[in-house]
Amino acid sequence: MPGTVTEDIEIIDAGHGGGTGTPAGGDDDSGSPGARRPVPRRAYFTALQLGLAAIVMFFMALASSYIVRKGLGTDWQRTPMPRVVWFNTAILLFSSVTIIVARRKLESGAHEAFRTWWALTTGLGLLFLAGQIIAWRGLAAAGMLLSTNPSSSFFYLLTAAHGAHLAGGIFALLYVTFRQWKRSRISQATAAELTSIYWHFMDGLWVFLLVLLTLGR
Amino acid sequence: MVTHEDGGGHGHHQPPSGFIWKYIFSIDHKVIGIQYLCLALFSVFVGMGLSLLMRLHLAWPTTKWFFFKGGLMTPEQYLALMTMHGTIMVFMVLTTAPQSGFGNYFLPIQIGAADMAFPVLNMLSFWTTFVSLVVMIAAFFVAGGAPIGGWTSYPTLSALGEIAGPGQGAGETLWIVGLAIFCGASLMGALNFITTLIDLRAKGMTLGRLPLTCWTWFVTAILGLLAFGVLLAACILLLLDRIAGTSFFVPGGLVITDQVVTWHKGGSPLLWQHLFWFFGHPEVYIAILPGMGVTSHLLSTFSRKPVFGYRAMVGAVCGIGFLGFCVWGHHMFISGMSPYSAFAFSILTMTIGVPSAIKTFNWLGTLWGGKIQFNCAMLFAIGFVSLFVSGGLSGLFLAQPSLDLYLHDAYFVVAHFHLIMGVAAIFGMFAGVYFWFPKMFGRFLNEGIGKVHFWITFIGVYAIFMPMHYLGLAGHPRRYFDTTAVAYLAKLQPVHVFISIAAFITIGAQFLFLFNLVWSLMAGKEAKEENPWHATTLEWSIPSPPPHDNFGGIEPVVYHGPYEFSVPGAADDYIPQHLAPNLVRKA
Repeated sequence: MPGTVTEDIEIIDAGHGGGTGTPAGGDDDSGSPGARRPVPRRAYFTALQLGLAAIVMFFMALASSYIVRKGLGTDWQRTPMPRVVWFNTAILLFSSVTIIVARRKLESGAHEAFRTWWALTTGLGLLFLAGQIIAWRGLAAAGMLLSTNPSSSFFYLLTAAHGAHLAGGIFALLYVTFRQWKRSRISQATAAELTSIYWHFMDGLWVFLLVLLTLGR
Repeated sequence: MVTHEDGGGHGHHQPPSGFIWKYIFSIDHKVIGIQYLCLALFSVFVGMGLSLLMRLHLAWPTTKWFFFKGGLMTPEQYLALMTMHGTIMVFMVLTTAPQSGFGNYFLPIQIGAADMAFPVLNMLSFWTTFVSLVVMIAAFFVAGGAPIGGWTSYPTLSALGEIAGPGQGAGETLWIVGLAIFCGASLMGALNFITTLIDLRAKGMTLGRLPLTCWTWFVTAILGLLAFGVLLAACILLLLDRIAGTSFFVPGGLVITDQVVTWHKGGSPLLWQHLFWFFGHPEVYIAILPGMGVTSHLLSTFSRKPVFGYRAMVGAVCGIGFLGFCVWGHHMFISGMSPYSAFAFSILTMTIGVPSAIKTFNWLGTLWGGKIQFNCAMLFAIGFVSLFVSGGLSGLFLAQPSLDLYLHDAYFVVAHFHLIMGVAAIFGMFAGVYFWFPKMFGRFLNEGIGKVHFWITFIGVYAIFMPMHYLGLAGHPRRYFDTTAVAYLAKLQPVHVFISIAAFITIGAQFLFLFNLVWSLMAGKEAKEENPWHATTLEWSIPSPPPHDNFGGIEPVVYHGPYEFSVPGAADDYIPQHLAPNLVRKA
């Protein structure tokens, strides 16, 4: 189970007696006294959640700029949504399904099947990025460049920002595939779980951006 | 259920060998903390040097100096100095030293951890900060020189390139890129701090037993995590306006340097202000909160009393952190915002007075009736309280939109933010240095030199910044290069001379501090005991300087709150956090 911030605080508060009571709280490490303590597994999940919070703030800043800029200017022109974007979206949504299947295979010990489904997810991610580039080329061919109009500026910017973050996810997928896990601080299952949370998040973020770009055109 | 992931990979707890891995690309949080402090020390002297040049010019605008071409400073040079002074001080000193420097060194030790949660990320965070400093400093050396747009870099002039003035070309681009890199570094640091505090606390280190220093580093990290992403987004938009011809911030039809701007249209400069100040106000608390933590910690330790109202102090820190995100509009009262918005921002801003007053009241309550030891660390902590009150009170003036319209672009604001954000935060750092130096280096700083340093600095900063309030109330605009040609401002010139002389003396005292640092490092009195201050927190339970993995591989266990001083029934006037209850000597 991934540890969550609230969960941890509850554990800790439960142990808070103040004064000179029984030590409790900071960690439920049951290692023998004097043992050197490794980083608990939940720290990786905490860090991931914090990273996602920072990413949310970054995209919220861009999204609110989008809304404000559209509301203020008189020069906003509608940027046509390239059709390939809908295909890309379907691919990305499908990749969230394949990553779930991949993790199930890993949990059940079917390593070969895991590798296949995991590679499929990676491929779908790359296909999505390629599709986004095709969308850019289509827009550019239609004369809609980065500086043409605030609407097109935001289209390129938001898709590029999301693409860069998704590329980070692809890097994580490849890392899970090629890493030598025997020498690692975390297990492959943990890394796969962390990657899949990030991947689903990127998926959700894209749907949000798509809604913004479609309805806000 | 918590399982540990450890495939034999806690190699980061082994001491590294070789100079490069031990001191340069170290992943030991203590070395990284010292690296941050060195970076801040270098930056603070650079920033101070820039202010010295500005003060020279402001006091004697017609005197020729050999270091300026033609003997005199140009208006553009003045603006470049002002911009870089603000930028370097805010980002490279006030953001790095209290949080990344002291926080890195002492947060893991105070919570009983062997290191940060992610040591490699920690190292990357420092070196990214270093790159950002190099990029920013490089702005001095490119064609056109350093940017002239101020540390807030408002568009439109920051978005238009060279036509907006020298320094707005390559220099401004480097400034924005440097700042964007800094955002990345700060985000990595914030993530590491929060994770470490949540998941790596020793047994018994409940949230209610956290030292207040840790609470402030924790809340500061949360502010950084939520604010720097917004600044990063703003920097990207500004950079695109500059290099890609977009129009996020630049409206059309501007006439700049006799040139009509036709390549932009429709943008909103106010959008930048919203984004920037949404980051910028929390940034103020990023600078000051760690100082509050150190002050609370020291006032308790050196008056041998528990912190008065520990829970209220924690609540006040969280309250200040939360409200910090709700008040950015008070930086924009003169932007033409709706009076209704201004009213809301004004009320919220004044609400910050409540947690601030709680803190001040509790600091005084901590001191009240205590056996106060006036050593250098304590003097600087008390100095922090004084400056926090003096600087904070003028904030209540500025929180009134009607008054702010008059005072905003005047020296009153300069006085306000220097006292509260600059000097108070720096006093917090000084207090930390005098207090923790024996733990970090095994030697004490010289108390005699330290006291001279304190008194000159304390009186000096008041002598510099108090008269600036007067200048502001008299209508003296800020950022102006030369005001002697205006009759009513020419009469204020003696005040400028006084401020400059006070500044030179205060700057001189900082060299005394630098000398004390170097001299004490080599020949200072040795700190033979582990706990020379008879303090309670975990860093005082280990040797000075601490070993590579802090607790020698033994996980500490915490039994007490952080400020158990003068406990009735105990023989000693302090009970260390790690002391088992059966080992506490009875009176």
